[in-house]
Amino acid sequence: MFHREAGIFKTTYGADMALYPLPIAKWTVIALALLFVVIIPLTVHEYYLSILNLIFIAIVGALGLNILVGYTGQISIGHGAFMSVGAYTAANLAVRLGLPFWLTLPAGGLMAALIGVIVGMPSLRIKGLYLAIATLAGQLIIEWTINHVPAISGGAQASIEVARPSLFGVSFNTQGSLYFFLLFFAVLAIVATLNLVRSRIGRAFVAVRDQDIAAEIIGINIYRYKLLAFAISSFYAGVCGVLYTYYFGIANYEQFQLIVSIDYLAMIIIGGLGSVLGSIFGAIFVTLLPIVIRIFMEDVGSLFFTQAEMANVISGLRLGVFGGLIIFFLIVEPEGLNRLWRNIRSYFRVWPFSY
Amino acid sequence: MSEDLEFLLALVLNGASIGLMYSLIALGFVLVYKATDAINFAQGEFVMLAGLIVTVTLGFEGTPLLAAVVIVLAVMIAFGFGLERIVLRPLLGRPVVAVIMATIGLAAMLRGLGPVIFGSETRALSLPIGDEPITLGPASLPPIQVLGAVVAIVFFLGFSWFFKKSRMGVAMRAVADNQQVAQAMGINVERYFAYAWAMAGVVSALGGIVWGSMLGVDVQLALVGLKVFPVVILGGLDSVGGALVGGLIIGIVESLAAGYLDPYVGGGTKDFAPYVLMILVLMIRPYGIFGRRQIERV
Repeated sequence: MFHREAGIFKTTYGADMALYPLPIAKWTVIALALLFVVIIPLTVHEYYLSILNLIFIAIVGALGLNILVGYTGQISIGHGAFMSVGAYTAANLAVRLGLPFWLTLPAGGLMAALIGVIVGMPSLRIKGLYLAIATLAGQLIIEWTINHVPAISGGAQASIEVARPSLFGVSFNTQGSLYFFLLFFAVLAIVATLNLVRSRIGRAFVAVRDQDIAAEIIGINIYRYKLLAFAISSFYAGVCGVLYTYYFGIANYEQFQLIVSIDYLAMIIIGGLGSVLGSIFGAIFVTLLPIVIRIFMEDVGSLFFTQAEMANVISGLRLGVFGGLIIFFLIVEPEGLNRLWRNIRSYFRVWPFSY
Repeated sequence: MSEDLEFLLALVLNGASIGLMYSLIALGFVLVYKATDAINFAQGEFVMLAGLIVTVTLGFEGTPLLAAVVIVLAVMIAFGFGLERIVLRPLLGRPVVAVIMATIGLAAMLRGLGPVIFGSETRALSLPIGDEPITLGPASLPPIQVLGAVVAIVFFLGFSWFFKKSRMGVAMRAVADNQQVAQAMGINVERYFAYAWAMAGVVSALGGIVWGSMLGVDVQLALVGLKVFPVVILGGLDSVGGALVGGLIIGIVESLAAGYLDPYVGGGTKDFAPYVLMILVLMIRPYGIFGRRQIERV
């Protein structure tokens, strides 16, 4: 029978933490799956597929950073460098040993996790601002090392070309096939994160974030969970780096500079700290923003700037708008786009009979 | 004096003068942290902004240098006040990570919009001090380094006096020490937060002039700010004297690394050594040489 809810009537913790809080959620997921697996790849132009591909990669990285910053309350300004660790590990393995992607991908992730744990080590003794500075140092040191050690970076211009991934003799070398490749990992990352954060580990992370002393008193080993958060988060970052490498067909340290760390911080702040959906919103928003700015500037900006200046103006505007949005969201809506979405959703959930 | 020793001494003197210029920028960072407990990731961008303003002002035909200096000081003070009011005050009482991320956002914003508004070309900023190197024992230093070092020392003496003797300085120390007690003593805490940011603006203005005339003014100037972190971690985040000593040490370490290690690894150790040193300090003595030993360990 058709009926609408009149409020939230959960009586068990299990019901509250269920993956599908409402029957409609299940239908939404099925509809989305249909949309992304069947309809979009068949109908959408290759250019838009390439944008979607970038969004998928960004989702993996944003989820990883959100586990660390949003759920565990630690901060990292070194995620760009962790991505580069994953990227170069995979590129070296793929080129020198000829390993396939299903080995280089986890290897890159694990290597990044290892480095992430080492960089996160100071979090055991220090927190907040000191940790921010320590991870910043990690970022700069890793960047420098990759740039100056030819054994890692492959010499010329510190970049390594890798072949596109292939499985069972099928090479993912078009935007359309890469779409499925990246969609798979994005979905895997989303499902893994959704389940991680409602597991024992995820709840421990949240406890460490909310009150570390209280967490320790109720028997959570904070050291272990902080390092675990760094490990998991940098694993995601490493995988994200590997995906970038396979997607562009090249590992290049310039894709993983300090500015990338800031891009990803912008994603999770704009999207919503401590929320899976927020990471996805943030990844979409931050990937689309430069494209929107470019389109806008090509129409309007040519009135003020010459064609030669345009590239600089666009990259400057992009950075400036990110910075402004970070500040804006921190001050006005600390829970980000996810909060706005929830407000809309909970309004319509009981509409038209609220209370 | 043997040649090796002369080389060493030249490196040390060169490093010390650069180090004092680092201290000058680090001072802006320390002032803000000391008074408001906020960490400023945009210090390098402040310096860049000041450099941009000076060169743009001087770009108008016939502007005397003194006028440009006065203008940049005024603008940076106003910027400091405005920043505190618009960005930092709404974040009072929020987790420290929020403030860190807000200043990172500010840094991105300044670095992005600076070139869009003022143009992205590198501008030269020449001060009327000549470029005849000044010989100091075995070292010959460019005059701008000497000027930078002198400005840094003058500022340090000034701020030491300010914090010890002046009424405002004592009030700022009180705010830094305990905000609630300071408020109970009738000190307007929020206003002193604003003063601290304005003072950081003043220091950055001077930093922008000396660093800008050394490196040229463009977006890359903001990267000087990254060197601030090793300096303040080494010296202690809340110590004015620490910024001076930390700057000297980092400057000398950097110069020694460049002099002795570069031939072996093919250059670039200058940008590497300070951060390694900083990681070591963070692991062993995170409060630095002169900082307050007040690190929460959880």
